[in-house]
Amino acid sequence: MTAMCDVAFLLLTFFMLTSNFTKKEPVLVATPTSVSEIKIPETNIMTVLVDKTGKVYFGIDGQEKRRQLIEKMASIYKVNLSPEEMKKYTLLELTGNPMQAMKAFLNLPAESRDLPQNNLGIPADTTNNEFKDWVKSAREVNPELRIAIKADEKTPYPVIKKVMRSLQQLDESRYNLITKLEGAPGRE
Amino acid sequence: MAEISQDTGSHKKGKKKRSKKLPTRIDLTPMVDLGFLLITFFMLATSLIKPQTMEITMPSDKKVQDEDKTVAKASQAVSIILGKDDIVYYYFGKTEGAKVLKTNYAPDGLRKILLEKNFEVAQQVEALKVEKNRTRMKEEDYQKKLSALRANKNAPVVRIMATDESNYKNLVDVLDEMNICSISRYAIVDLEDPDKQLIANLAP
Repeated sequence: MTAMCDVAFLLLTFFMLTSNFTKKEPVLVATPTSVSEIKIPETNIMTVLVDKTGKVYFGIDGQEKRRQLIEKMASIYKVNLSPEEMKKYTLLELTGNPMQAMKAFLNLPAESRDLPQNNLGIPADTTNNEFKDWVKSAREVNPELRIAIKADEKTPYPVIKKVMRSLQQLDESRYNLITKLEGAPGRE
Repeated sequence: MAEISQDTGSHKKGKKKRSKKLPTRIDLTPMVDLGFLLITFFMLATSLIKPQTMEITMPSDKKVQDEDKTVAKASQAVSIILGKDDIVYYYFGKTEGAKVLKTNYAPDGLRKILLEKNFEVAQQVEALKVEKNRTRMKEEDYQKKLSALRANKNAPVVRIMATDESNYKNLVDVLDEMNICSISRYAIVDLEDPDKQLIANLAP
């Protein structure tokens, strides 16, 4: 019994030390596969999530950074958010709502936040481009951010084009596309 | 380990013989249970596999001036158009009077075509890989040589155009093929009218 106990706690220690928790995402996204083996860094990441229906979600890492981001966004869009609401925002990895709907969204109970009807997606059109402001503000908050685009493989191209176009206009020309590892290509 | 021996001076002439006790054993079962429970939790909650990423650099709007734009030779140019239902259209050379062909994303589809077009570089890269495995080349040196090979002036220049019916997977697949076929000069460009016309003519 003692030996078993030792092993159990050894493993436990291992898992506790090596673990980085899976991020909670508002939608399930099946990323396409690629042969690229570059790993994504863990910190200073700005995640742009695009789901199958073309809704855009946005989030950065670091709670303190998120607080500054939401303060900036609230002042740009003149949305009045209470400190509690901002606190709620800092606890969310990714959000996908225009600023006008943000207040209502943050006041929803946690379990209903992931419902599709409560996530409208951040507008990224040419006329109404809130996405650009998010990226710009995030860049001001943390200049070291790297952009990672995580999109579902079934996302229609026009949505991706919109996102890429917005980034291009902001002079953000380097970014990462998140993919899954594919088996070795048939060439070798 | 888990036995606490109670050596309470058994040599004393005690009142009763009970003082010569059995060692006390602590039951460890709940502790092991707890240990495994926590292990299970950590195993399920962690993400051991980090997601892969593909780095791409797009030209920025401001910096590109006309003099910076590379004009590819017609003989090097390859245009790839991503159509709906995982169909790829491609043609070589100029848009005017181009012969548009259809293919798919399978290894013997697009990849074969690109490898044929990029035969010279692909072969050199392959040779470099063999050498790397043989001589245990340093990763840095390998990367340096690889990028030198890929910068070959005769390598094809690929224009990637996506129609609105294509999806994200198609785009990633094509970028992936660029990687596999060691093509370093490619660009994602907007689909323009002449190219639209070409596909429209082709598809009945």
